[in-house]
Amino acid sequence: MSYELVGITVLWTFLFGYLIVASVDFGAGFFSYYSVITGHENKVHSIIQRYLSPVWEVTNVFLIFFVVGLVGFFPDSAYYYGTALLIPGSLVTVLLALRGAYYAYNTYGSSKEDNKIYMAIYGATGLLIPAALSTILAISEGGIITEVNNKVHLNWGSFFSNPYTWSVIILALVSVLYISAMFLTYYADKAGDRAAFEVLRGYALWWSGPTILACVFAFFQINRQNPEHFSNMLGIAWVFILSLICYLVAVYLVWKRRNLGWTFILVMLQFGFAWYGYGHSHLPYILYKQVSIHESFTNETMAVALITVFIAGLFVLIPSLIILLRLFLFDAKYVRGSSPKKG
Amino acid sequence: MSYDPVTLSRILTGLTLFVHIVFASLGVGVPLMIALAEWRGIQTQDPHYSLLARRWARGFVISVAVGVVTGTSIGLQLSLLWPTFMRVAGHAIALPLFMETFAFFIEAIFLGIYLYTWDRFKRPMLHLLLLIPVAIGSSASAFFITTLNAFMNTPQGFTLKNGVFTDVHPLIAMFNPATPTKVSHVLASSYTVSACLLAGIAAYSLLMGRKEAYFKKALKLTVMSAFIFALSTAIIGDFSGKFLAKYQPEKLAAAEWHFETRREAPLVFGGVLDENNKVKYGLEIPYALSILAGNKPDTKVIGLNEFPEDERPPLFIHYMFDLKVTIGILLVLIPFLYMVRRLLPGNRHGGYPKWLLLGILLLGPLAVVAIELGWLFAEFGRQPWIVRGYMKVGEAATTSNNVGSMLLLFALLYIVLCGSCVIVLARLFRSKDVVDEMRELGIEGGTVK
Repeated sequence: MSYELVGITVLWTFLFGYLIVASVDFGAGFFSYYSVITGHENKVHSIIQRYLSPVWEVTNVFLIFFVVGLVGFFPDSAYYYGTALLIPGSLVTVLLALRGAYYAYNTYGSSKEDNKIYMAIYGATGLLIPAALSTILAISEGGIITEVNNKVHLNWGSFFSNPYTWSVIILALVSVLYISAMFLTYYADKAGDRAAFEVLRGYALWWSGPTILACVFAFFQINRQNPEHFSNMLGIAWVFILSLICYLVAVYLVWKRRNLGWTFILVMLQFGFAWYGYGHSHLPYILYKQVSIHESFTNETMAVALITVFIAGLFVLIPSLIILLRLFLFDAKYVRGSSPKKG
Repeated sequence: MSYDPVTLSRILTGLTLFVHIVFASLGVGVPLMIALAEWRGIQTQDPHYSLLARRWARGFVISVAVGVVTGTSIGLQLSLLWPTFMRVAGHAIALPLFMETFAFFIEAIFLGIYLYTWDRFKRPMLHLLLLIPVAIGSSASAFFITTLNAFMNTPQGFTLKNGVFTDVHPLIAMFNPATPTKVSHVLASSYTVSACLLAGIAAYSLLMGRKEAYFKKALKLTVMSAFIFALSTAIIGDFSGKFLAKYQPEKLAAAEWHFETRREAPLVFGGVLDENNKVKYGLEIPYALSILAGNKPDTKVIGLNEFPEDERPPLFIHYMFDLKVTIGILLVLIPFLYMVRRLLPGNRHGGYPKWLLLGILLLGPLAVVAIELGWLFAEFGRQPWIVRGYMKVGEAATTSNNVGSMLLLFALLYIVLCGSCVIVLARLFRSKDVVDEMRELGIEGGTVK
């Protein structure tokens, strides 16, 4: 495997990590708020808080890691995306900032439980951020960022009038809610909290339908936006079929209330197959026809250094993540809420 | 000054860093202070110290949140506002940026664990050990990101060919001449500002008439730490002066209004410049600049006239430098007075005179101002370069016409974030009084021993 392929695979994997953990986080914020305003609060709220509190900061790092890695491995992408995405990028930053800060304020700083305003900010940004971030996928298909006389522009007209833009936004919204509900169903089951489990299972089943519809819709919109990419995707159609099978089995298991640990693994596989299939067929371009992984790759010394550091970093990162998961996800006492919450 | 994208990008980056630096410094320094308190608590079996650690940690999370989100802002703004810089210099600086995110990862993971595992381990030492990766992670982030800033001041480890950085040696770029002094100065000043702010909180409680032993212990621990850290910051600051004289003489010359290259150069404090660049009303200390630059009165100090006019830093950095150094002296002096308070006239019993407590209360704000001034001085002192000697700031900024509105957006965001952070912190400490909490935890300590 060439260095540039290693680089993009590493980055794509981290973006996938972000997709999963951030979806859980964003969706949980929304459900948490939704449960407060609909009165399901006492059933699901505490279980959501118990999961989110120790991990919210880690979620943020996944995104930073991807952005830094992308401009590190492929400096040209900083030039094109950076110039064109000033406004949407800044808006996402502001939303992320509000979300992170108010989450901490609510969890650690608020004297009374669950400040409604903080929670509303938290819930709303949970849907706005994935919507905004997902549009970059639409932009990466080409035709929206143009370069005239050495000046990079984002063509807002073709950005908003593009059905593909809207299809990825819809896909992002529903899949965030779906992934999150699936995870929380599993978490509630693990905690042995039947009431929360039933509510969350309802959410998971409810959002499974729109998710698959949005997937299919987005799939065919790629054909209109970028036929070359679409035909690449058809070439590896089996990946997407596997994804569909994982989806069907996962929904079936939740329906039957069985093997919930496997369910969430299947959800990850479902998105994993689709994600890597999409990414693989997008290559060699990071931005269609403008930034390819071959031409805009960093120098070889830096690539070797980055990959070395990455491997060394994993030796520290993976055990640390395992400790985190063991303490808060797989520790029955903590999950049930019988160990002390915070200092 | 025209408000073109370059100027606006500079203002927005400056604003983000202005906010981030305070919270980032606390992120580096406070874990060390918490560890110190918890360690004392375990060593001396004194629950007051453990409670101190707990209460600091509670407030610390709030400041970490703001630090994380402003850090995210600057991380993204690097590419959004300086795309050309990232495209070109990215070839040489990607490594420390990348390593910084790993350090950040470790810090984030273990901080989450630390906060949720009080009383979860049978041996309290295990809980304390969790702070080690937090402190290492935050200090390592500071280290990596500062090497990048150091690179921009004294770039090396590459060749510039047709606008592209080639023949890159990432480690040589990282360990450039500015790295040792910059990194150590940043770390020491982060520890200082954290100790100073926490000392200020303890002094505030005593000023409000609290008499419990808890506050006196807090004061002692923090002020002693502040003294040690401030003193080391000052010593490293002196090394930084010598570094500047050797590698970035135009920065030192602009800071000192030193125009003619000469030996036995005097140091000017304060004053104003007239139109012929002559210093008026300044306090002149003979030989001091030569001693600062090379430890000997006859060290030759390069003057600003050696540099073309369009490569000189702005001359107002003189005031930043003077003010920063003055505050640095105060930060050593006030804790020193605390330590020798028994020797002061009329204070045989070692009590806390009101003026001394007021001085300690001021340590926090003073240290914050010093950190800001230090960075402003370092950054303005590098103008007009973004990578000294290779790329000017004007060539690196975005060409987008929307920077102005983004500047307003972020200014609003930071006002809201900082305002609410202060409110939340104040409410946090008011809502649960120390004495109530001690009673809850069954710790003795409502009275003076």
